[in-house]
Amino acid sequence: MENIVIVGNGQAGVQLVDSLRAEGYAGKITLLGEENQLPYQRPPLSKDYLAAGSQPQSLPLRAASFYRDNTVDSRLGVQVIAVDRRTRTVRLGDGSEVEYSKLVLATGAANRELTVPGSDLAGIHGLRTLADAEVVHARLDTVRSIVVVGAGFIGLEFAAAARQRGIDVTVLEFADRPMGRAVSPAISEYFADAHRRAGVNLQLGDGIASFEGRNGHVTTVVGTTGRSYPADFVLVGIGVEPRTELASAAGLPVQNGITVDAAMCTMDPDIFALGDCANYPNRHAGARTRLESVQNATDQARHTAKAIVGEAEEYAVLPWFWSQQGNLKLQIAGLVRPGDQTIVRGEPATGKFSVFCFRDGELAAVESVNQPADHMAARRLLGQRRSLSTAQARDPEFDFRNYSKLQPAVAG
Amino acid sequence: MAKLSFHHNDGNVDVLDVDTGASVMRAAVTNGVPGIVGECGGNAMCATCHVYVREPYLASLPEISDDEEEMLDCTAAPRDEARSRLGCQLVLDNGLAELEVDVPDNQV
Repeated sequence: MENIVIVGNGQAGVQLVDSLRAEGYAGKITLLGEENQLPYQRPPLSKDYLAAGSQPQSLPLRAASFYRDNTVDSRLGVQVIAVDRRTRTVRLGDGSEVEYSKLVLATGAANRELTVPGSDLAGIHGLRTLADAEVVHARLDTVRSIVVVGAGFIGLEFAAAARQRGIDVTVLEFADRPMGRAVSPAISEYFADAHRRAGVNLQLGDGIASFEGRNGHVTTVVGTTGRSYPADFVLVGIGVEPRTELASAAGLPVQNGITVDAAMCTMDPDIFALGDCANYPNRHAGARTRLESVQNATDQARHTAKAIVGEAEEYAVLPWFWSQQGNLKLQIAGLVRPGDQTIVRGEPATGKFSVFCFRDGELAAVESVNQPADHMAARRLLGQRRSLSTAQARDPEFDFRNYSKLQPAVAG
Repeated sequence: MAKLSFHHNDGNVDVLDVDTGASVMRAAVTNGVPGIVGECGGNAMCATCHVYVREPYLASLPEISDDEEEMLDCTAAPRDEARSRLGCQLVLDNGLAELEVDVPDNQV
């Protein structure tokens, strides 16, 4: 019996349904989601959704009619407990079973949790699901002082939104710069300054030692430096862990994500994994990588649909990312790595500039602040695996956008 | 309420009554209008909610921001200098209670 079973109805799972039908697959599709609502977009949850004013509405990934029109057996509020590869069956929380011909694990990631003393006090929140965002949005009307744990994308997006609402915000980051895993030192420095100018109390080099409270509710955050910060609300944004437990239990290799090949296939030819939960060989990084982004989820879904319906090809799409922090729009094309040589184009003081990252003399990534045209040009150039010289990058007269539009040389 | 019409290349037209305050992108995605992707969820990050606005509504549109201007140069379907906009930047409000747009052939 033909049935493509997709575990997870986030951006990757829903796009896969769309792409399977677009590729001409006419068989049965079963889409299994843990949450009770229609699949929705996550990016607005840490941005628009936190703005002051009336209760925002969630933005669905697809209208309800999409699932009917594409004859998808979409089940909400169901938990997948186990995968039996021998009988090609998944077992659900209600005891029922679903047979698959192909299984796709689009299980995403879960927020990493803090385990320091006091972590169980009320007033300490994460932000990943719509339910999280509803709680956080409601609380922002009454809180006075917020501590954000972790200066990554989510923490800083949240901090900027809270500052725009006039709330006192302290951000604690144990590393010596914000967004250190994802951006160059030049971008870290610019964003640190910008958030401080907006009134965010950004404390670098301070982790979390413990939380203190009164009547079961958090009142104080104690840092590893011994300093303490008042807080009637804490947002924890310290990264995520890929959801790999089903794959592990089914005997599939897992290492920082479910291990897949260049066609998103696990070591079992009938099981694929994609999106936040998958660790794949990334041609642009020259290494195995696991990425957390909407673009990665949707592009891998388009690719996986092709791999399932037709020929398995190497997934080689250029990764790109974005973050909106207050008035700052950060867009990244390619993967920034520690040790990259960086060249700043434009004047950061104007609030519009880009950082060009070179590795072994080749352009590897471009980070753009409030310069979408540079970002799109970089995506075009890097996507075609073209480069430019460091001298060109340094030359203010060099027309990067036009250069990106030139036809690439025919590969020899 | 605002009235919003999406004209498709095959001649089909989707007509929606949408709440004031919704963007063209949000209205399209929420109602399943084909051809509008809106992959980034707003904020002019992905240029996948490109539309061509029809006369006579061009005069009542909000101004194009610098960011939108730059993203419009990078849409999958060709930009029309006079009519191209990002749907996420067009909010249906009292000044824009009615709008008709053409949906491009492709967004990604």
